[in-house]
Amino acid sequence: MKFTWFNLMPWPYLPDDFRDDPRRGHHVYHTYLDQLEYAESLGFDGIGCNEHHQNGYGLMPSPNLIAATLSRRTSRAALCVIGNSIAGYNPPIRVAEEFAMLDVISGGRLVAGFPVGTSMDTNFCYGQIPALTRDKYREAHDMIMQAWAGEEPFAFDGKYNQLRWVNCWPKPIQKPHPPIYIPGGGSIETWDFCLDHDYNYSYLSFFGYLRGKSLLDGYWERVAKRGKDESPYRAAFAQIICVADTDAEAEALYAEHCLYFFNRCLHIFPPFADPPGYRTMATVKYGALSQLTQSRQKILENLTWKQLVDERFVIAGSPETVRQQLEECIKGLRIGHLFCLMHNGNMPDWKTRHSSKLFAEKVMPRLRDLWPEWKHDERWWIHPMDERIRPEERRPGAEKPREGWPS
Amino acid sequence: MKWRTLETKKGIRCRVLEAGSGAPVVFLHSAGGLLADNPFLDDLARRYHVFAPEWPGYGDSTGEDLLEDMLDFTLHGWDVVDALGLSRPHLVGHSMGGMIAAEMACLAPRDLGKLVLVGAAGLWLDDHPIPDIFALLPFELAELLFVDAQKGQALLTGGADLSDLEALKDFYVASQRRLAMAGKILFPVPNRRLSKRLYRLTAPTLILWGAADRLIVPAYAARWKALIPSARVELIEGAGHMLPYEQPEAFASAVGAFLG
Repeated sequence: MKFTWFNLMPWPYLPDDFRDDPRRGHHVYHTYLDQLEYAESLGFDGIGCNEHHQNGYGLMPSPNLIAATLSRRTSRAALCVIGNSIAGYNPPIRVAEEFAMLDVISGGRLVAGFPVGTSMDTNFCYGQIPALTRDKYREAHDMIMQAWAGEEPFAFDGKYNQLRWVNCWPKPIQKPHPPIYIPGGGSIETWDFCLDHDYNYSYLSFFGYLRGKSLLDGYWERVAKRGKDESPYRAAFAQIICVADTDAEAEALYAEHCLYFFNRCLHIFPPFADPPGYRTMATVKYGALSQLTQSRQKILENLTWKQLVDERFVIAGSPETVRQQLEECIKGLRIGHLFCLMHNGNMPDWKTRHSSKLFAEKVMPRLRDLWPEWKHDERWWIHPMDERIRPEERRPGAEKPREGWPS
Repeated sequence: MKWRTLETKKGIRCRVLEAGSGAPVVFLHSAGGLLADNPFLDDLARRYHVFAPEWPGYGDSTGEDLLEDMLDFTLHGWDVVDALGLSRPHLVGHSMGGMIAAEMACLAPRDLGKLVLVGAAGLWLDDHPIPDIFALLPFELAELLFVDAQKGQALLTGGADLSDLEALKDFYVASQRRLAMAGKILFPVPNRRLSKRLYRLTAPTLILWGAADRLIVPAYAARWKALIPSARVELIEGAGHMLPYEQPEAFASAVGAFLG
């Protein structure tokens, strides 16, 4: 198993007002960055971030900036940027360039995510036409992959992007490209897209493994039908996790912060979720009834801790409780990558660290080898350079040029 | 009125509602499409040969993947006119249909008779931002479109029993399909720079507006008039954005008086 410590970076001061406060933000960002760096020191395999726009539950309009700061203060963990919503970039060569920079600076530690993006992000914040978003996404993907693969400058004559000269420089260290993760939110076409290219399929849900199961089951059926091997590393799942010494203590420590996340951060105007055209007609028909019954919206209103825990939106409790439930999650969904949402809502720094430390010391080691037969499958993980610079150990200013620098 | 289906030269199957006889009038529907009942078309059909094509993505018309941008939409309008074998028809366009009709009239100004723009989309005024129809709660739509929201809601659903889950599903899927198509020229801001092409327009033009239009407010009628100085403007009382459905008789008589 691979464990990635993931932070959405929610705004932790929503109760008082819904306004931005850049001076407080200064402290918020540094706290979150410190936590991500701390996660590396605890032994997490990866540290993760993603892209959201104009909302309070994810303060990372540019995850690449976050990954860039992490690339200078860490040296071992994978930098999982899950990812850049490529349909919104004009031209998308920008993503090829920035991801390549991150891979080069980090010595080959980038995991590159290419989400279509939520409709809020890609359509409402970044103005892309819903019915053309997926087409534009595919074109952006093609441009990026060709830019990374191209040995010679070439022309790209796309429907949405025309570039006479594509000559990406730098190119990623990882060959043929960094591991690619496609976060899906339930569009059935995404499964085939992942399998066509052998990309990792990541289901980034906030609603736990019990609800994620039917979607992942659909994915694995598709994997079997396509005759692909069933390596669990083809799939990733995000799960909110809170660890304490006992179950009772978990509730005392974390309940209010998880409830803040669900009842405040996820307070989203329903029409922003699904404008006409964002999903294909096939997906709309596939899920039309469930979208209409509104049970999903209702369930999000005034959630209680008991609901969160019973329905496994949150896996919380003693190390043993968490281990048990996560084993069920990992085996049930057949996933090789777990995105561990360890910071939630307005959780204070010390609690986040406490929970992360307990997880790393008492839970993670016991879940490591759940897939012994796939132990050596590294197809969906980073392959960094052996001789990497350890930037976090360097002192600014004084050092003499390193080996390999022209003299 | 009767339905017929034709195929355009591009290969789009297009269903057209047709009635009456006389000078040809092509009616281009709004983003919501034709409703179950369209009494104003019956009124127009007493004097004209009326054709109301359904756009790809609407009703039985197909080929939505073949139309991606404003030029595709505009040419499709003329492709339908050609497939119908019409010569210099009058164009009457409602809301999104008005946007398309105005584009058609700018692209081929000598190929139409007169132009009627009804609560037409296609322009943008910073002082009067048009509500985002792609981000509405279900009950908000009728309130924006009609003076009488309750009556309007019944018109929109065409009497379907939406407490029946299957009926609701069909209604939802059809509505998603229509607006997905409309979004190609209306999302995120319904302005594809038509204003810089309007200088080409030569057809006599009537700008018809519901005096109580809350979606595209009557300030837009004044903006159209400023861009097409020779146009006539008429506001009709007791009507919102869905003017042809709310005041069918007043609508048909204003159009008839103008077309002659």
